[in-house]
Amino acid sequence: MEHNNIINHPQFVKEGKQVSFKPETLKKVQDLMKRYPEGRQKSALLPVLHIAQEELGGYLSVDVMDYVASLLGLQPIEVYEVATFYSMFYLDKMGKYVIEVCQTGPCALSGGEQILAHLQEMLEIMPGETTSDGIFTLKTVECLGSCGTAPVLQVNTDFHEKLTPGKVDKLLEDLREYAKHDKSDDSTWVEKFC
Amino acid sequence: MGGKVLLANVDIPGIRGFDTYRAHGGYIAVEKALREMTATEVSLEVHKSGLRGRGGAGFPTGLKWSFLDRKSDKPRYLVCNADESEPGTFKDRYLMHHLPHLLLEGLIISSYALGVETCYIYIRGEFKYLVGVLEKAIKEAYQHGFLGERILGTGFSLKIYVHPGAGAYICGEETALLESLEGKRGNPRIKPPFPAFKGLYGCPTVVNNVETLAAVGPIINMGGEAYAKIGRGRSTGTKLISACGHINNPGVYEIEMGLPVEDFIYAPRYCGGIANDKLLKAVIPGGSSVPILPADLILNTAQGEQRLMTFESLAEGDFESGTMLGSGGFIVLDEDACIVRNTLNLTRFYRHESCGQCSPCREGTGWMEKVLHRIEHGEGKMSDIDLLVRVAKNIEGNTICPLGDAAAWPVASAIRHFRREFVYHVKFPEVVKNIDHGAIQSDTELLIPDSGTGIKYW
Ligand SMILES: Cc1cc2nc3c(=O)[nH]c(=O)nc-3n(C[C@H](O)[C@H](O)[C@H](O)COP(=O)(O)O)c2cc1C
Ligand code: SF4
Ligand code: FES
Repeated sequence: MEHNNIINHPQFVKEGKQVSFKPETLKKVQDLMKRYPEGRQKSALLPVLHIAQEELGGYLSVDVMDYVASLLGLQPIEVYEVATFYSMFYLDKMGKYVIEVCQTGPCALSGGEQILAHLQEMLEIMPGETTSDGIFTLKTVECLGSCGTAPVLQVNTDFHEKLTPGKVDKLLEDLREYAKHDKSDDSTWVEKFC
Repeated sequence: MGGKVLLANVDIPGIRGFDTYRAHGGYIAVEKALREMTATEVSLEVHKSGLRGRGGAGFPTGLKWSFLDRKSDKPRYLVCNADESEPGTFKDRYLMHHLPHLLLEGLIISSYALGVETCYIYIRGEFKYLVGVLEKAIKEAYQHGFLGERILGTGFSLKIYVHPGAGAYICGEETALLESLEGKRGNPRIKPPFPAFKGLYGCPTVVNNVETLAAVGPIINMGGEAYAKIGRGRSTGTKLISACGHINNPGVYEIEMGLPVEDFIYAPRYCGGIANDKLLKAVIPGGSSVPILPADLILNTAQGEQRLMTFESLAEGDFESGTMLGSGGFIVLDEDACIVRNTLNLTRFYRHESCGQCSPCREGTGWMEKVLHRIEHGEGKMSDIDLLVRVAKNIEGNTICPLGDAAAWPVASAIRHFRREFVYHVKFPEVVKNIDHGAIQSDTELLIPDSGTGIKYW
């Protein structure tokens, strides 16, 4: 798993910032908590962390995790240990667009490595790094369940499939354009839950 | 229709929405089950159908349902496993994307049969867009009275919730999934107790794969016996196969069980042969966890019989010369694919996804990766090859969950069938180094933290 050693993590400092959800989001979070039986509100942790990451800064700072803990009535450590286990949760500040390139077997057979190499070259960063303008973070991920349209990547969980270096160039161009207009994701976690 | 059961209507425009789905025979199975059948009768039909789990293990669904603790006074749960993270597998995504209501029908009928009032669909977080698709379908089903209180005026009530994971292959393992659903790290539980007795929140629980549950509606419609006539022997019905790798037509196909593997690979309506007119080298037919087989053994068994797409035929020859149907993630490798490189890649995957609870899995996967990395990069020793076999052997069967086996089998089978390639890598390091294998891309991967044992791998 993501063996992030949270204690030594450079970002693992409490800044004491006040964070909170917008009222509409808070309402949604409370609805989500009701999906689980009385006394089992901890079950809402993964969905709520998704929402928190998306709406409260793009990563799970300690302040955000502590806030989520207080909402769900959990000890902060219960949130930290979960946040460090799952690869979709980020503990560091991320770029506006997180480009996650699948590197697993089937994608690798179909040119996934070349796509990653191309991205590294175009963005001049290595996986795990963020461009200096803060627009892109490059990451490698494991099989995205899209091997029939390999090679594949996701930008903030939007799929981009059957990639070629040309398509990657176009994608970067589009994203740079979106960034100018501060356009982010097409739809948010909150919108997904009816 | 071509023998299609699940995907018969998949090409109808708008079939994703309730109205179109309903206009094409949707929810008739729910009406039939709830109005005309008792819960026991529904279970019996599923039993008769011979349906076996489509999540990988092929366990008979009727039998699994019969284990559910019906004496307990606790609530019972049905959990749909939509975690789909096994490399090479993308059939559940296809099914949920095109036919969300087919899955809901299966969930409603199965919940009725099992006496369940709350059902969760645990879907991998990377399928965020599908969370929206499923939630919308659920909302429609509520609006039309197929979910909620007293469905169709019967005494049966049901709620279905979608629950996203957050990126962890291990959460596809059923007990890890339940832990994750409870808001914890996805560490598999020691079995027994099995989920049928102590599952979600310590209550009796059935966990089934998306495709398994989607088959329940059609089974009720046509009857268990009719379903059992499709397919071959104990592999009844149809199976979704997601085909990828070096083939002309990657995609999801519904096949009748018993189709010859050769037809599946070469027929134009399926994979359409090997891409770029190359030759077939090997196939991993059931998702990355199952043993890899060379071309001759995937097409015909060691006894020279034609290999068929069934649980039994693919397993013919056991580990010596057979493999498994698994999840139906059919990965094809052409003559130019490097087996060592592919094995290294998959081993890296399992090392990354090991939850770290058992030392054979945690340490063994890292060790195998290190040795494979060495061989692949022209720095291996001849003794490394048998070392790999030994490490794999020591993982297999010695772990809490089957991820250990899943990591061991690809390595053991690659060496069993392609030892020459490993030997070649060791004997001709200069050649291997010079062939463009592509550099190891994710250099971050090489910075594996100290695993706590004092051994640093890199
Ligand atoms: C490491 C591991 C990963 C698994 N991943 C999945 C998965 O993504 N989807 C799935 O349905 N089953 C998966 N399984 C199998 C489940 O544990 C379980 O057997 C299955 O969901 C039962 O459903 P079925 O009887 O309908 O096949 C996995 C098992 C293991 C050991
Ligand atoms: S076998 Fe591996 S993944 Fe499974 S419980 Fe043990 S350490 Fe975790
Ligand atoms: S291997 Fe890349 S999506 Fe499956």
